[in-house]
Amino acid sequence: MPSLGADMEDGTLTGWHVEPGQNVARGQVICVVETQKGAVDVEIWQAGTLAKLIASPGQRIPVGQLMALVATDGEDWKSIAAAAATTVPPGALGAPRPETPGPEHVQGPAAAAAAPGAVPPTPGRIKISPAARRRAEELGVELAAVGPPGMHAVISIADVELAATAATAAKTASPRTTAKPPDRQAAMREAIAAAMSRSKREIPHYYLATGINAERAMSWLEKRNEALPIGERALFAALELKAVALALRETPELNGFYEAGAFRPGTGMHLGVAISLRGGGLVAPALHDVDKLNLADLMAQMKELLRRARSGQLRSSEISDPTITVTNLGDLGVETVFGVIYPPQVALVGIGRLQVKPWVIDGAIAPARVLHATLSADHRVSDGMRGARFLVELERLLQQPEVLA
Amino acid sequence: MSMSRDEVRKALIDCILAVAPEANFAEVRPDRPVREQLDIDSFDFLTILQHLHEKIGVNVQESDYGKMITLDGSVDYLVRRLAEG
Repeated sequence: MPSLGADMEDGTLTGWHVEPGQNVARGQVICVVETQKGAVDVEIWQAGTLAKLIASPGQRIPVGQLMALVATDGEDWKSIAAAAATTVPPGALGAPRPETPGPEHVQGPAAAAAAPGAVPPTPGRIKISPAARRRAEELGVELAAVGPPGMHAVISIADVELAATAATAAKTASPRTTAKPPDRQAAMREAIAAAMSRSKREIPHYYLATGINAERAMSWLEKRNEALPIGERALFAALELKAVALALRETPELNGFYEAGAFRPGTGMHLGVAISLRGGGLVAPALHDVDKLNLADLMAQMKELLRRARSGQLRSSEISDPTITVTNLGDLGVETVFGVIYPPQVALVGIGRLQVKPWVIDGAIAPARVLHATLSADHRVSDGMRGARFLVELERLLQQPEVLA
Repeated sequence: MSMSRDEVRKALIDCILAVAPEANFAEVRPDRPVREQLDIDSFDFLTILQHLHEKIGVNVQESDYGKMITLDGSVDYLVRRLAEG
């Protein structure tokens, strides 16, 4: 089970797209996993032949746990599958969801005793917090279908909600196309709360802002779009993303991750684009290698990403790859947005609304379309001087829109 | 294409519903900015214009986006464009 976000502990398998004996290519979508942030198409990170599916749909699986076996070069998938049948006990992953111990229950003798299959059905009394019991009633979840999570563990609200999600997924043939269950929003809110709390607890943010005259970039864009059919017109938001990606070349220390006490630079300019979902919530999936995309391709990929984000069809690489996040609240009409960094990333760029303001151009005051760009950055990795360099470079690039095409 | 005002309105609403299926037009104030009421971002707006072009054949130029702010204003503008042929 891959980690699809800073605070993901586990995911629920919705279904497999592959079967034993099938060849798989690196990057191919092999299954769908339900996370707090919605359904994700999981891509395999290794090529080979699928030997055995270990996890079954409906199971909640901790991050890092085995889901399937893949035969690589020269290996015979049938003998791997056969060997696994004897060495990997059924339920090595945890038997179906109800008895699966969460990662926090795995250590210690109590957890060992609570291993799948070893837990006798709890007669009568179920340990559950009052809040979780209320939530179970709201969601119509049978408590027997939820727990017990472990011998000494008490059923939590999260357990109840996951059981409700799993139940909905099991009942519905194509859960991603149906109306969201009521607990989805709560789960997403929890995921955002966890990531943002961690950010504010761990990351010493510093904030910078600058006003940028966007008149030249806008005029250039309008001229470009004039001759084009609607489907090929580019939006200013795409131009901004390209400018951010190119500006990052000057300041690579804003592009990457802070992990285990050290900065690890990103291997490309993979911009996480903050997308608000209808009905609430937020995701920030990656647009890959934005610095290398031309404006037309960038627009096409952005539209496609938006479509899939809103229909719950994001890919695992898009969830885990962003090296920096860009939030554009411009459409909501605010002038300035100071963002909260999404860990383990080390910076976030905020773009405000374009508005006409008096601006001094060549010694005279003239009306100009202006925007506020901000940078929130991690002081453990960079300093204000370097952050300022990024914003200055961003401004410079937006004065020469031709290079952003 | 000959369309009544009501038909234009219905076509526009259908195009909006294609990107914002949860929109409740009973609650939309036709004289207020429609994008703010329905959380329609600039990408959604572009998609709506694309649907509209396919449906009623009006290609809204970027310089005319300012005439597509409210529902009533948009219908006025589209009816005028259709009349111009």
